[in-house]
Amino acid sequence: MFRFIVRRLLQLIPTLFGLSLLLFIWLRRLPGGPETAILGERGTPEMRAAIRRSMGLDEPILVQYGRFVRRLIRLDLGTSTSTKRSVVSEFLERFPGTVELTVTALVIAIGVGIPLGYLAARRRGRLLDHLSVGGSLIGICIPVFFLAYVLKAIFSENLGWFPSSGRQDPTIDATRITNFFVLDGIMTREWDAAADAIWHLVLPGLALASIPLAIIVRITRASVLEVLNEDFVRTAEAKGLTERTVRRRHVLRNSLLPVVTSIGLLTGGLLSGAVLTETVFAFTGIGAFIYDAINQRDYPVLMGFILIIAVVYVLVNLLVDLSYSLIDPRVRVR
Amino acid sequence: MALLDVDDLSVTFARRGQRTVHAVDGVSFSVDAGEVVGLVGESGCGKSVTSLAIMGLLPKQPGTRVGGKAVFDGTDLLQLDDRSRRDIRGRDVAMIFQDPLSSLNPVIPIGLQVTEVLARHRGMKGAAAEKEAAALLDRVGIPDPTRRLKEYPHQLSGGMRQRALIAMAVACRPRLLIADEPTTALDVTIQAQILELLKELVRDSGTALVMITHDLGVVAGMCDTINVLYAGRVVETARRRPLFREPRHPYTVGLLGSVPRLDAGRGERLTPIPGSVRDVLPWPDGCAFAPRCSRRVDACVGEPPALVLAHDGRSYRCVNPAPLPGMTPAEEIRGAVPTDATPGSVPAQAVPNDPPAVPGLGPAPREEDARD
Repeated sequence: MFRFIVRRLLQLIPTLFGLSLLLFIWLRRLPGGPETAILGERGTPEMRAAIRRSMGLDEPILVQYGRFVRRLIRLDLGTSTSTKRSVVSEFLERFPGTVELTVTALVIAIGVGIPLGYLAARRRGRLLDHLSVGGSLIGICIPVFFLAYVLKAIFSENLGWFPSSGRQDPTIDATRITNFFVLDGIMTREWDAAADAIWHLVLPGLALASIPLAIIVRITRASVLEVLNEDFVRTAEAKGLTERTVRRRHVLRNSLLPVVTSIGLLTGGLLSGAVLTETVFAFTGIGAFIYDAINQRDYPVLMGFILIIAVVYVLVNLLVDLSYSLIDPRVRVR
Repeated sequence: MALLDVDDLSVTFARRGQRTVHAVDGVSFSVDAGEVVGLVGESGCGKSVTSLAIMGLLPKQPGTRVGGKAVFDGTDLLQLDDRSRRDIRGRDVAMIFQDPLSSLNPVIPIGLQVTEVLARHRGMKGAAAEKEAAALLDRVGIPDPTRRLKEYPHQLSGGMRQRALIAMAVACRPRLLIADEPTTALDVTIQAQILELLKELVRDSGTALVMITHDLGVVAGMCDTINVLYAGRVVETARRRPLFREPRHPYTVGLLGSVPRLDAGRGERLTPIPGSVRDVLPWPDGCAFAPRCSRRVDACVGEPPALVLAHDGRSYRCVNPAPLPGMTPAEEIRGAVPTDATPGSVPAQAVPNDPPAVPGLGPAPREEDARD
């Protein structure tokens, strides 16, 4: 187990180098550069060249990359060219919001998706099955930002049940420790702050959950249907076990294997894909910041954020693999 | 009275837009306490469906119809509600399946798969259940049972897995054990071991065993009474010796003739049954085996052959059976019963000088035997 984790973490190093090299080259191939963002259309060629020189962008690309790697080894991701703050502190300020949103979406998707998929399989061909299969198709098809606007219009603007934007009511004087607002509220026992932060997560979480929810429903349903036909379920029935035991111990547990894998993959998509939802709900996460960074050609921010997301993604999937081996002894890692 | 009386059991699968399949079409047989009964036939003859129907384990799909009776110890298993059926399954009637790997849950340890039966039917929990489970594994010949309890199916060999399945089946000392091709997925040497184990268990506990197989070797080594199935019906019922010595139904003759023999002459060819199971005549139109039969006569087609109760207490459904040497048909036929008669009511009887297949086991000798 320990060796497996170490090996996977070591594998991360070449992956990161490969990814960073590709990114580095791609980003610099984008037309325009930070000097355009800073000077606008009016800058003279001389001014542009001066800025490029001051940022070291006039040097050969491999020299630039070498400098980037040397700093990276010291865990220094540089300074944002647009906000002039360190990339790491920008990240630490914004990433917790995205994580909270992702976790909310996952909790909704898993908490609703697995039971719904399971019930749909048990009631195959009945109304609930058709509703959940049809509903999941709609869930996959509706663009997230559209759903986000609809949710916001109905539940926030019309009914006023949920706040329409932000991560927390600005009138609440909350103490910040980790920038995970919910966690901070719990740690400082500022329960109203935690509750308000959760309240702010509901609508964006729902919007973001729609696609993963639909996928989980479908995978769970297909998987349960497959497991129901397995010989060992028949053996369990032949033992005279109660229906409850057969379902829980024999059907559900085996059905979860493919679902767990898909959750790992979905998590990565959620972490980097919350841009639109974050924009609609003016939610301070990494999404909108990355979008701005692309427009500003803010190379350090883009490099840093994308690399950290890659690391998180790999870690999440490592976690999924580990949990997989807990569920299925046949893939025990060594 | 017999322990299990299967009477005119029928199973049909109907699917919209497809022809209704009569998988089991009036099967009748009976099993006495402590008896080993074989259900023999080619793939598709309805043996497995018969056993699943008795156990109530047929997939619950619309269009599946089960008819007839399966009376176990006075209760018709087919009429029971789901709950009472679950009470009987695993406790009074247990089953062993064909493929031991896929029949075990891959993600939970062997131990739990054994103790869950003990917990369900014998109310055993915790350490007591663990201890009993280890004793059961030991009983079925799994070495180092305490360690094996913690292992998962994929860590066991094929033979061990089948032993574990057998341990689960006999955990509550059932009175009837149904084994559906229990050795088909195993190596020949392991097959022999598993059959020995089954014999031993049956002898020690007095459990009746229904052995479902296509393997006549298994039948010859184990079964007291043999029912030969064809196209969803029992075509011949006989005790072991007479069946192998003088098969009467042409299908039984064909089955025996297609088994390779070591004592056959050099260059002698196997005699397979021509055609395949798909070339059947629907039973109401005559004998289902007629299209493949070498002894076919005109009377085979038109109406289903009557059940004939014959010499030695055997019965068969055939209008032109293989002849018995030194006996005219009139002498050997005790009586014919109408087509709608239930073959279960005509059980094979013990025959003089025919010891049970498993020594010390089998139905009590009847009066005629006692005179010898």
